[in-house]
Amino acid sequence: MTVAPALEIKGLRVEYPREDGSVLVAVDDVSLSIAPGEIHAVVGESGAGKTTVANALIGLIEKPGRVTGGTMRIGGALLDPVTGRGDGVQLGRDIGVIFQDPMTSLNPLFTIESQLTETMRFHLGLGRMEARARALELLNAVGIPEPERRLTSFPHQLSGGQRQRVVIAAALSCNPKLLVADEPTTALDVSIQAQILDLIRNLARERGLGVMLVTHNMGVVAETAQSVTVMLRGRAVEQGPVAEVLGSPQHVYTRGLLAAVPRFDCRLARFAVVSDAGDGKAGAARRTIAARKPAALSDRSGPLLSVEGLTVDYRSRGWLPGSRGHGMRAVDDVSFSIARGEVLGLVGESGCGKTTVASVIAGLVKPTAGRVLYDGQPIAGKGASRLTRASSRQALQMIFQDPYASLNPRMRVGTILAEPVLFYRLAANKAEALDDAGLLLEAVGLERAQAERFPFAFSGGQRQRISIARALGARPRLLICDEPTSSLDVSVQAQLLNLIKDLSEATGLTLLLISHDLAVVRQMCDRVAVMQKGRIVEMNDSESLFSAPSHAYTHELLSLVPRIDRIAANT
Amino acid sequence: MMAGVVAILLILASVSAPLIAPSNPLDLASFNLADSEIPPVWAEGGDKRFLLGTDNQGRDMLSAILYGARVSILIGGGAVLLAALIGVCLGLLAGYLGGRTDAVIMRIGDIILSFPTILLALLVAGMARAVFPEAGNPRYVPFVLISAIAIHDWVQYARTVRAAAMVEGAKDYVKAARVIGLPPLRIMFRHILPNVMSPVLVIATINLAGAVLTEATLSFLGVGMPPTYPSLGTLIRIGNEFVFSGIWWIALFPALALVILVLAVNVIGDWLRDRFNPKLRVRQ
Repeated sequence: MTVAPALEIKGLRVEYPREDGSVLVAVDDVSLSIAPGEIHAVVGESGAGKTTVANALIGLIEKPGRVTGGTMRIGGALLDPVTGRGDGVQLGRDIGVIFQDPMTSLNPLFTIESQLTETMRFHLGLGRMEARARALELLNAVGIPEPERRLTSFPHQLSGGQRQRVVIAAALSCNPKLLVADEPTTALDVSIQAQILDLIRNLARERGLGVMLVTHNMGVVAETAQSVTVMLRGRAVEQGPVAEVLGSPQHVYTRGLLAAVPRFDCRLARFAVVSDAGDGKAGAARRTIAARKPAALSDRSGPLLSVEGLTVDYRSRGWLPGSRGHGMRAVDDVSFSIARGEVLGLVGESGCGKTTVASVIAGLVKPTAGRVLYDGQPIAGKGASRLTRASSRQALQMIFQDPYASLNPRMRVGTILAEPVLFYRLAANKAEALDDAGLLLEAVGLERAQAERFPFAFSGGQRQRISIARALGARPRLLICDEPTSSLDVSVQAQLLNLIKDLSEATGLTLLLISHDLAVVRQMCDRVAVMQKGRIVEMNDSESLFSAPSHAYTHELLSLVPRIDRIAANT
Repeated sequence: MMAGVVAILLILASVSAPLIAPSNPLDLASFNLADSEIPPVWAEGGDKRFLLGTDNQGRDMLSAILYGARVSILIGGGAVLLAALIGVCLGLLAGYLGGRTDAVIMRIGDIILSFPTILLALLVAGMARAVFPEAGNPRYVPFVLISAIAIHDWVQYARTVRAAAMVEGAKDYVKAARVIGLPPLRIMFRHILPNVMSPVLVIATINLAGAVLTEATLSFLGVGMPPTYPSLGTLIRIGNEFVFSGIWWIALFPALALVILVLAVNVIGDWLRDRFNPKLRVRQ
């Protein structure tokens, strides 16, 4: 007799009734099966229905959605789609769940011990001491240092990676047959991501645990999973062993998805995308914009921007006026320069100070020491005056990370785009400025008529395009891009990065690109600076840095990036 | 819905008081002392000319209430507008600029909040009369009352707007506006203000009821509108003197009008609050 699969889904269908009576089919006829010890990845872009499949398993489909067809079996036992329970199957005991954001999936008011033991005492009926012993054992298993001390800690005393380990420990506490991991490493840095994926791989192998890994990162799939299901608009378009699906994809969509992933091994001129917006209209608009004179520049040679000995301390305010609170050095003696027309990449893990550097250059944060020179003139720090700052403002524009927060929700897109144009008197009157806004929209691949709409009517990728258009409206020399694509799907990311490349080439823009994604940086940048704990540890031109990193930290970062070409070493 | 209809009817009736009121209670020559203290029509001794009876001056109660409600709504609305104006501006400054500006504005607000509303309003109204002898003139009393009420009420707007402005100010669209180089005042009023207005609208409606009540209380205490130019509160004060002599209608009807007005405005305020709360709106 063969062993029953850890999870078997047949013909699953999830529907969301709309207000007008029609139904939205979120998941349509999806079947998959996971053997004990197997890691099965479910991939697809946002809205593909991959999280809905996971939620259906654990009975978390939000009303008014409901499961309308198909069966789900956990270790052979049939599951009731409404409650997530079945014959001898209980949520939390037989299915462990890991959520995306470790910062919010633990209750901040309870200790690690009480959160870990709660499930065990409830499902297994263990006593206090037994549960505690088992919690210790689990913390050891997930590799948390000093587990005795950690039991009494509160979640905020742990780092993001440690919290995710605790979440995994809690998920494992009742020896489940199946682990559902919904984007378990998306919110984490590459080095921690590598550790967590390692942990999941080992646990699956040692405990014979079936793992359903929901992710959008193809590199994670390649390095972790044995089999994969590719989802598109609620349907499974391709399914099979990872090596087969990623090695020789059959479906057009899978091929497109793989091509859009930024390659790590070599640099391409452009990302391959299924459909590019760079048609005739956009091209014409770009040429018009490129022909204009950007913000004035002196004839001086030398770098466009240079940062000298930049140091930024963040100081929490003390209890009394005049008293000094705790200090934190975010940026420590950072120096670099950007030549005209160059693309400089700034990479590092979260909290390494890269965004602070960008904020200082953009004039949002005042430096504690050091200075920033634009075109030879000090614009921040020592020697900077109101006058020099004002003259550089127009030339330095910025694109932000979160497309949902970077546009004013109460303003029409046309007004948003016309604002910098009017402010810098680049148009004679409001009508001309709005006309310019239309042109900018066309240049970023949107329709002129869309200027009438409010930001909520646009998708994340479209909003990021509007953000770019707004930055271009001031006719800048230097564009600071702070993680411009980190919250977008790979195919949208590829389109946007192509757009940024096209625009900067057409208008001769200089770029400062900040990212934690090394593959993106490799594809986009001429030169790269690596930051760690507020310092630049290595700076070199992109090809040499990626082919022969000299600093140990750079080396480590590069080795940890999940890559498609490293298909499951563990099969 | 009901509340909305009632409130609109009351406001319409008071605005168009000169058109629909049977007589003009402001014209001292139009009423006769001989008609004083006539009970309502349905009571014994009622007179068809005076639907709700007359007061001690022979003034028609119905007309007095309609005119009185007009004064009350005017003062309440004026106080809310003035308080909102001051509060929103100071709240924006405090929330966006932060630091010392924030500390100074909010500490002033805290000090003001530590006085009871009525006490503070009494102080202001009393001081106004001491400083400007003209302040007792019926033409200026509404303005004195509006400032007396607004000086206390703005703090609530300032606190709400400050909190919302701090949240909005940290968002990327505000940073984007700063990177463009827009001056702080323009960022505050053009970018942040529209995003913090919905709670202000809600507080304004709820405060309108409170302001009408404060005005009535002040008038009841004698520092408000004079008897020759009565508001609802003044009418209740006049009636209060006669309640124990069996002449109940002079106090009762203005009081009822006040209760209905405040209730209606409060219900509208609640409805607006639910309406602007996206979480509650989805559920409907």
